[in-house]
Amino acid sequence: MTNIASPAPAKGVLDPKAEGVDANKIEDLVLEQPKSYLWVVRLISVVTVLGGWEILGRRVDPLFMSFPSAISVAAYDMIVSGELMRGLMASLSTLVYAFVIASCLGVLIGLAIGRYKLVDVSTDWLVNALYTTPQVAIIPLVILWFGLGGNAKIFIVSVSTIFPVLINTTAGVRNVPANLIETGVAFAANERQIFTKVIVPSALPYVMTGLRLGLGRAIIGMVVAEFFTAITGLGAIIVKYGNQYDTASMFVPIFVLMFMGVSLSALLKRAEHWIAPWKEQENN
Amino acid sequence: MENRKVKLAVEGVSKTFRVKGGKFQDDYLLHVLRKLSFEVYEGEVVSLIGESGCGKTTLLRIIQGLIRRDAGVIRVDGEPVTKPARDRGFVFQQANLLPWRTARANVEFGLELQGVPAKERSDRAQQLLELVGLERAGEQFPHQLSGGMQQRVNLARAMAINPAILLMDEPFSALDAQTREVLQREMLRIQAETRKTILFVTHDLDEAIYVSNRVIVLGAKPGRIKEIIEIPFSYPRAELPELRGDQRFQDIRRHMWNLIRNKPEGEKAAA
Repeated sequence: MTNIASPAPAKGVLDPKAEGVDANKIEDLVLEQPKSYLWVVRLISVVTVLGGWEILGRRVDPLFMSFPSAISVAAYDMIVSGELMRGLMASLSTLVYAFVIASCLGVLIGLAIGRYKLVDVSTDWLVNALYTTPQVAIIPLVILWFGLGGNAKIFIVSVSTIFPVLINTTAGVRNVPANLIETGVAFAANERQIFTKVIVPSALPYVMTGLRLGLGRAIIGMVVAEFFTAITGLGAIIVKYGNQYDTASMFVPIFVLMFMGVSLSALLKRAEHWIAPWKEQENN
Repeated sequence: MENRKVKLAVEGVSKTFRVKGGKFQDDYLLHVLRKLSFEVYEGEVVSLIGESGCGKTTLLRIIQGLIRRDAGVIRVDGEPVTKPARDRGFVFQQANLLPWRTARANVEFGLELQGVPAKERSDRAQQLLELVGLERAGEQFPHQLSGGMQQRVNLARAMAINPAILLMDEPFSALDAQTREVLQREMLRIQAETRKTILFVTHDLDEAIYVSNRVIVLGAKPGRIKEIIEIPFSYPRAELPELRGDQRFQDIRRHMWNLIRNKPEGEKAAA
């Protein structure tokens, strides 16, 4: 037995345990300096835009446009009365429920289409047809089927969500490197193991992208559904104040929707980082 | 060799591919291997060498069961085999590590597929990481490892399922010369410790001579055995640069080179 204990000195790779070398520290030094400086620029930009809106907004007839301070007052009133919270909860519950159902279905169908040629050729025309049909166009039909209740909303949001998820999952499965599947085969993996241990993990980054795209479409679907079907949720609040020509109050649910979109998609981004950490590091 | 038990037998293996001719010619048949037969003894290191297109990688894949043969039989311990199984471990030319798994989890891959319990798996992975000199890199992801380290994980992963036979497909060809020599030496050390039977594909003459008991020189179109050369050096071997100075090494090398280039023996023919 020879005594070669440590790995060969790897070219270009810093051993974090080697004395005096801390790979993380080195990267931080390079990145940190411009970061704080960029935040200042961003802050200036935010103040300028909001300030400009406030000044210009006050000169316009409040029927057509509002401005930040008036919107803040309206928001305060709606929070105190509980109207905003009720609307938000109504929208969110539909959104989450439908998004979860549609995502699960989309991932499962997408995996099958990506892996099995037969499933692919028997469904691709249908998927393409349904994906390219504008969802708004089928709303009258959906109301005919489900009435104006919550089920109609869930259906519309699900249909909006499922296609980006499904299509991205399919792409993820098709892009699994052939040599990784061959590795599985060489180690005597069966079809189920190839699926769970090679294909699914490899396709995960694509699936996560699909979920984020699906979420964006789900929020659109939700608002559209709330405009046309049951008059509940944030969409209903927009319609209500729009009809009352109360533009400042109308902006409040719009901002809430914006924050909802931003925070939910940040949450998914977080989940992506947690589920597929290797992908981000690879890109660095 | 004192123990001449046949571990791996290749009997009359043939393989033909249909090659798409495209616009300017008809499809044609490419006879990659024709009735190839040889045996590998237990604990022996045998190299397959030959010009590109002689089917050496194809043969290795057939033995592993990754592609089908048209004729012939592969036997391990006398039993015919057709599919990948735990008796043969495959070391790929490109490391082919699963990028979402740490080095350790990659080594555990084959064991996981066999349903080995987690505790046993991680113990075994640790042993193997130590064997290939990566005990400190177990938690690193593949992209954090150098090419040489990735190949060590690749080797450890194949060894983890404790196969009797290791099939190695030009495992060091993508590495720089220095790392390659280190890993060749490591491989010989590991082979001496574990007494694995190794079938090794390479296009590097020095490598073939350095690591092998015997070298099988293949000719191309169709792939067939030209000669099987016994390597006279005993194990443990001197380092490669030293071995290169040996007159016998130079003779064997020249002889192999002439065989591969289809040249008749020159005035200084090998013994």
